[in-house]
Amino acid sequence: MRAALRNGGVIGIALYCLVPFYWMVVSSFRRTSDIYDKSPLPTPWSMESYAAVFDEGIGFGQSLVNSLIVAGVTTAATMLIGTMAAYALARLTFRGKNVILALVIAVSMFPGALLIVPLLKLFTSIGWINSYQAMIVPSMSFALPLTVWNLTSFFRQLPYELEQSAMIDGCTPLAAFRRIMLPLAAPGIFTTAILAFIATWNEFIIAVTMVNDQSRQTATVRIAQFTGAAKFDTPFGTQMAASVLVTVPLVILVLFCQRRIVAGLTAGALK
Amino acid sequence: MATVTTDRPGPAMRPPRRPGRRAGRGRSWPAVLMLSPTLIVLALVVLYPLVAAARESFYTSGETLDADGFVVEGERFAGLANYAGVLGERFLNAMFNTTLLTVVTVSIEVVLGFAMALVMNRAMRGRAFLRASILVPWAVPTAVSGLMWKWIFQADGVANAVLGTDILWTAEGVYAKFAVIIADTWKTAPFVGLLVLAGLQIIPGEVYEAARVDGASARQTFWRITLPLVRPALLVAVLFRLMDALRIFDLPYVLIGPRKHSVETLSGLIWDEATRVHYGPASAYGTVLFLYIALIAYVFVRLLGADLLSDVRTRKKEA
Repeated sequence: MRAALRNGGVIGIALYCLVPFYWMVVSSFRRTSDIYDKSPLPTPWSMESYAAVFDEGIGFGQSLVNSLIVAGVTTAATMLIGTMAAYALARLTFRGKNVILALVIAVSMFPGALLIVPLLKLFTSIGWINSYQAMIVPSMSFALPLTVWNLTSFFRQLPYELEQSAMIDGCTPLAAFRRIMLPLAAPGIFTTAILAFIATWNEFIIAVTMVNDQSRQTATVRIAQFTGAAKFDTPFGTQMAASVLVTVPLVILVLFCQRRIVAGLTAGALK
Repeated sequence: MATVTTDRPGPAMRPPRRPGRRAGRGRSWPAVLMLSPTLIVLALVVLYPLVAAARESFYTSGETLDADGFVVEGERFAGLANYAGVLGERFLNAMFNTTLLTVVTVSIEVVLGFAMALVMNRAMRGRAFLRASILVPWAVPTAVSGLMWKWIFQADGVANAVLGTDILWTAEGVYAKFAVIIADTWKTAPFVGLLVLAGLQIIPGEVYEAARVDGASARQTFWRITLPLVRPALLVAVLFRLMDALRIFDLPYVLIGPRKHSVETLSGLIWDEATRVHYGPASAYGTVLFLYIALIAYVFVRLLGADLLSDVRTRKKEA
């Protein structure tokens, strides 16, 4: 009885999480003519929507490239400077450390909507509208706190003895960081990079505000603005196919590193 | 996961107090050097907008005619004029929507997430599969999940087919609110479950054994042991979700549409004003949203998070 209840719960959770996603995937494989079918599997399977996604007028391929550029550069820049900050916060002693830590947490709760007004004005005046950097720089406002916070808790778990012996052997703190800690922290840095990448890839409000040129839009924005052949027609098949294409790489990445990602997510909360 | 969540302060993890302190004074320059890039970036993308928005909210720009009929251009001090809209119907409606969505979604997510965590904690088989599937809603971009639910909620879509109804979910009205709540809950309840599960897993088994020996019922065990011990993790999850729900933007934007009365949130209103170049009112509303979020975070931590803060404090001492 209890076991049945338990298994029922497990199945229930899996269905809750996967059924809407399943419907999106299935719908993307229907023909446009039977897009409103309610059968659990498409009959016949069709790649029509996927072909339509890459029609020239839609510009979806370019938007994927844009997303990759924005998320990739943001992640790289964030990791570069966030790792150093996290190391300093975890390992070095100096005045004002607690204030900085608290500040970093507070910043991660900053509403993006407040950010867009002054930055939109600033970027308009310096001609950054419709540029990659107009999306990359503001994206660091949430990617950077996430990185610093996560890596600080990760660095704290590494044994102190290693750096100490390195410093006794004549390493400066910076050299100890670079030669001893960075290689040791590689798994944590990798996980954090994935989290930062996913967060930036999923970003919407900055991208929809700073860019109105279709050729610079990121994928999440582009998909939401697809229009059909007729003006008030929403091209659901195409949208679902594009959504699957945007989501599947993330889902594969997440499934591949699920242990690490769960550890990273909960470390931010519990450490 | 266990390696991260179990916090065993073994000798290896404790910094040697004294030498660390003494060395600290001599080597503060590496700290400055390592921190300054991060601080500069955060100042640029967070502090500057915050200050600029606060200033902007007291100014007005654009062309107007002065008393003598001459065209006046550029920025002028406007006092509280931009804040006048705060009393307007549109702002109050956005405020109401934001608050309603936050309260309802976070409540449902906590109950659902907690239930999920309890099931997952007990699950013997299919754990890996469960963890994988629970990450799927989290990994789907919010904008994409908005589109997905828009499709499900179509007038002749699958939701109505399954329920046997003809509801216009994504048109204006109360069903639009339901649609946003359902879609948001789907995406974030598993995340709450994940954080609570991590909290459950650090409760030592002996506590439950002792309770069983003392003859505690399942209900007593839950209220007296599980809930108090998982409280810190639960509070962090709720705080995260509160802050996120208060600034919700992309889900209503994609699922129902921009400028829709029934689901327009504060972030949506600010976005709309900003993109129409009404910088003054947009900044005023943004400042109010910021204060609202800060107030709720403060009250939350004050009322519920005493242990949350003390936890941070002891950790800082350890570090």
